[in-house]
Amino acid sequence: MKTIINILLLFFFITSESHANENLNNKILKNLRCLVCQGQTVQDSNSEFALIIKSVVKDKIKEGNNEKEIYQFLSEKFGDWILLNPPFKKNSYLLWFLPYLLFILGIILLFFLLKKPKIRSKE
Amino acid sequence: MRKINYIIISILFSFLFIILYSSLDNERIYNTKDLIGKKISQVEINLFQSNETINTEEFINNEFTILNFWASWCAPCRKEHPNLVRLSKIKNIKLVGVNIKDNVESAKSFLKENGNPFDILAEDKNGKNSVNFGVYGIPETILIDSELKILKKYIGPLNIKDVNEIRKLVKK
Repeated sequence: MKTIINILLLFFFITSESHANENLNNKILKNLRCLVCQGQTVQDSNSEFALIIKSVVKDKIKEGNNEKEIYQFLSEKFGDWILLNPPFKKNSYLLWFLPYLLFILGIILLFFLLKKPKIRSKE
Repeated sequence: MRKINYIIISILFSFLFIILYSSLDNERIYNTKDLIGKKISQVEINLFQSNETINTEEFINNEFTILNFWASWCAPCRKEHPNLVRLSKIKNIKLVGVNIKDNVESAKSFLKENGNPFDILAEDKNGKNSVNFGVYGIPETILIDSELKILKKYIGPLNIKDVNEIRKLVKK
């Protein structure tokens, strides 16, 4: 009985780990740009380049690398262009903060536009 | 109050104008400028049809090294081959050819037919090792110095202009 439980636990452990690895693999591939395709992710592409990258990412996960390490490795080799989600760097501050800045400016603009003008009381 | 509205609207429009105007010059294709000056990875490359390997660290012994990624099935590689032969005549450059995902016999007959310009011939049977060099298609050529720093990376077939540029780079 104990052996059966152990086998079941081992089976459960292996399947849950491979499922987690597959999820991580898909997540990473969706965030990588296929450099030889027009607007496709590595996940969506079947090009030679995409197939090699898919295989490399799979190997890296098997080796125990985490998501950040894999992105770092690929960005070192191909530059940040391969990442669909640009990293937070000095030259991308504007890119990250501009939407918030425009949102705040929009609110200020709306505030002034919707503000009712004060009715001056007749003296 | 109207004045404030005009100011905010003009700020918003100026922002949009600057961003859209500056993005006109942005390149929408991959380029290798970020890789210049970076060191190449220290990895083992399998020698062609051999159980031996060569570590990229060994390129420290060369004044300049050119890594060329090619295959016999790649038509642009055939086109650039005479330029590799020209480069092989430059004394302070060691030419390393990495044959990618190729049929061994086809690769051999390609070199027999067009000449073998390579000082070292290596292979990458599944193309995975080439990722360590940022190779995403072939032919690609990387010029490195004795500190293993990338001086130039060429995507696509080398032309005579590239050969002359390499000549100038290694003369300095």
